[in-house]
Amino acid sequence: MKEKKLGSQIVCEALINEDVNVVFGIPGGAILPLYGVLSQYEDLKHILVRHEQGAAHAADGYSRSTGKVGVAFATSGPGATNLITGLATAMMDSVPMVAITGQVGRAAIGSDAFQETDITGATLPVTKHNYLVMKADDIGEIIHEAFYIARTGRPGPVLIDIPRDVFTELGNYDPKKQLFIPGYNVPKNADDNEVEFASKLINKANKPVILAGHGVIISKAWDELRLIAEKAQIPVVTTLLGISSFPENHILSTGWPGMHGMAYASLALDQADLIINFGSRFDDRIVGDVSRFAKRSKKIHVDIDPAEINKSVQVDVSLIGNIKDVITQLLPLVEKTTHTSWINHIDKLKSDHPSLEIPKSDRILGQYVVKKLSDTTKGNAIICSGVGQHQMWAAQHYTFTNPNSWLSSGGLGTMGYEVPSAIGAQVGNPGKLVWSICGDGGFQMTLMELATIAENNLPIKYAILNNNHLGMITQWQGLFYNQDYQAETYTGNPDFVKLAEAYGIKGIRVSKKDNVENAIIEANKHNGPVLVDFVIEKVDDVYPMIPAGQSVNELIEGPNNV
Amino acid sequence: MSNNIEQRTISALVQDKPGVLARIAGLFRRRGFNIASLTVGRSEQKGLSRMTFVVEGPQEVVCKVSAQLDKLIDIVEVQDITESNIVWRELALIKVNADSVSRSKVLEIANIFRVNIVDIGVESLTMEISGGKQKINSLIELLKQFGIKEILRTGRIATLRGTLIEGEDDGIFQSEQDNDNNFIIPTESGSV
Ligand SMILES: Cc1ncc(C[n+]2csc(CCOP(=O)(O)OP(=O)(O)O)c2C)c(N)n1
Ligand SMILES: [Mg+2]
Repeated sequence: MKEKKLGSQIVCEALINEDVNVVFGIPGGAILPLYGVLSQYEDLKHILVRHEQGAAHAADGYSRSTGKVGVAFATSGPGATNLITGLATAMMDSVPMVAITGQVGRAAIGSDAFQETDITGATLPVTKHNYLVMKADDIGEIIHEAFYIARTGRPGPVLIDIPRDVFTELGNYDPKKQLFIPGYNVPKNADDNEVEFASKLINKANKPVILAGHGVIISKAWDELRLIAEKAQIPVVTTLLGISSFPENHILSTGWPGMHGMAYASLALDQADLIINFGSRFDDRIVGDVSRFAKRSKKIHVDIDPAEINKSVQVDVSLIGNIKDVITQLLPLVEKTTHTSWINHIDKLKSDHPSLEIPKSDRILGQYVVKKLSDTTKGNAIICSGVGQHQMWAAQHYTFTNPNSWLSSGGLGTMGYEVPSAIGAQVGNPGKLVWSICGDGGFQMTLMELATIAENNLPIKYAILNNNHLGMITQWQGLFYNQDYQAETYTGNPDFVKLAEAYGIKGIRVSKKDNVENAIIEANKHNGPVLVDFVIEKVDDVYPMIPAGQSVNELIEGPNNV
Repeated sequence: MSNNIEQRTISALVQDKPGVLARIAGLFRRRGFNIASLTVGRSEQKGLSRMTFVVEGPQEVVCKVSAQLDKLIDIVEVQDITESNIVWRELALIKVNADSVSRSKVLEIANIFRVNIVDIGVESLTMEISGGKQKINSLIELLKQFGIKEILRTGRIATLRGTLIEGEDDGIFQSEQDNDNNFIIPTESGSV
């Protein structure tokens, strides 16, 4: 038997064995013993954030942009509860992540001790799994199990709660111990018969559409997706989170559908005779009214999570497996075809319903800023976003050409995601250009992380689409609440340029349309973080729009059709 | 979607670890389902427990919840066995008024139902009955005339039948593929 180690040392060694080289966190009493040994592990870089929500979103941004498991540290009580929004965000979007929280000493658990929160209880619904570790001997195995669970199958966040005195206890650690998780199966290939049946449906279809979801990105199946789409000449509609799973400058790229998606994408789904869903959960922002969604089509649903099958939309064939493996199974069975008339029809939908025309205006529109960003960076940046109008404009007007280059909180819709997720993306992709498209509202939810960015000289570029409004709220109150505007205007926004400068970050304000492009170029050239405050039109709705719970029949193409 | 609330019986093999019940209960609570009964005990396999729970909700939704349950890492296996060929049992202790006047009548009923008398006092006696819901409910109905002081029910345990032939092991009341909600006895519901 090897010599025993401190629980805290086992944590670090197990993390290193999981190929972790960076963690995001903030210390506190219960987790101090872990910080006490960090200096022994040079391979483990700790990035000190300013708020635990930032640690979680940074770990999330790191995970999404690298495919590795991001790690966050927080102390017990308030430190741990501050992680919750980040965990929920990761849970909804199937992002692998491991959070390690300190807990009060074992003897004090349950006694309402100082900074005690039942964090395993509190995070039950927002984690894929969680653990309370009661002895140092268990730490190693639990960490390895946690990473395995976080990254395999349908990925998700896992939280490990470790009492203070378990960190300081001596324990055994066997890095080679085999994991045994009887209740946990990871599907790989789909059933051959089902695959064959699905391929027949594909070969028979006249108007097929692929719906590519986040699953394609998670399983890194972008090459396979392209192969199958090209072989059978099938138009590809992505979901909001499937954006960047298929190059948007590809001739088969047909946008994304749903509430604020392109009209032609929603129409393509509606008119299709077959929808092949690769790794999308038929989210309600796509489906709207289930009873009227894509009625003309048969549906094939490929997903690694069996619980997603028929959860909202009833399908004809389900293939349970890893998207990459299942497309590989399908490829040889799918016949080469052209679907000429269908593709022509899709092209006509695109020209009849352009969806992305930017209204003429002398003032700066959010759409215009994003378009310029897209042109100037040639679609090559990693783009993060917050939640609201700017998010929709970012998704609509940036032409994503690189796989996995779009990071956004799709499922939970977490405002504030824009600042720290970019930290994770930049840390995970040094040397790459990371732009975060922010709302003035969301930015203010997590702006304290500017300090983290300055401290680590992360060359992130922030574009605030500053409308001095909770713009999406303004839009909804305008459309659905009789223009009774309540609590949607900010009259006390800070001077964002001065704010950036206060952190030692370069700030640029753009109030004239003519200066938009130059500011972007200037920011790109600056080799450090930049904040660009784009003063955009105050009230400007996002279109197209399908109101919540409706169908493509109620699609509003632009302001004149309201 | 049908909104018919039904009782569904779900059987799960779970890791014998703290917190498993909270995870399961959480998935039902989230949808506002009531857990009508729940039993847990160690199974024949080391480290694993078997749970049987009866939940009230529309079949389709219960189905979806079962699929979510299956995803819980600590659940090894889960099955909605409501429509399957199952044997299920429940145990109840019923304390009923039985003074010198009524005692013989009470005992007569107990005899017909083949129940055990587990405690006798001057004013009351306690019987133990096992069986399906109908059998237990019928007994309760009959005993009401004497005045029931207390009812304790364990909740359902269930297993798939080994053969396709239904046994007559329910005593005088035939095996119950119990979907009847004729008797909803308020005391039955121990919400978790
Ligand atoms: C944490 C959080 N709180 C509230 C909301 C509800 N919400 C959705 S969009 C929005 C407005 C966002 O404003 P801003 O960040 O300025 O973006 P804009 O819509 O103006 O582009 C709000 C409040 C949310 N999504 N997340
Ligand atoms: Mg705004």
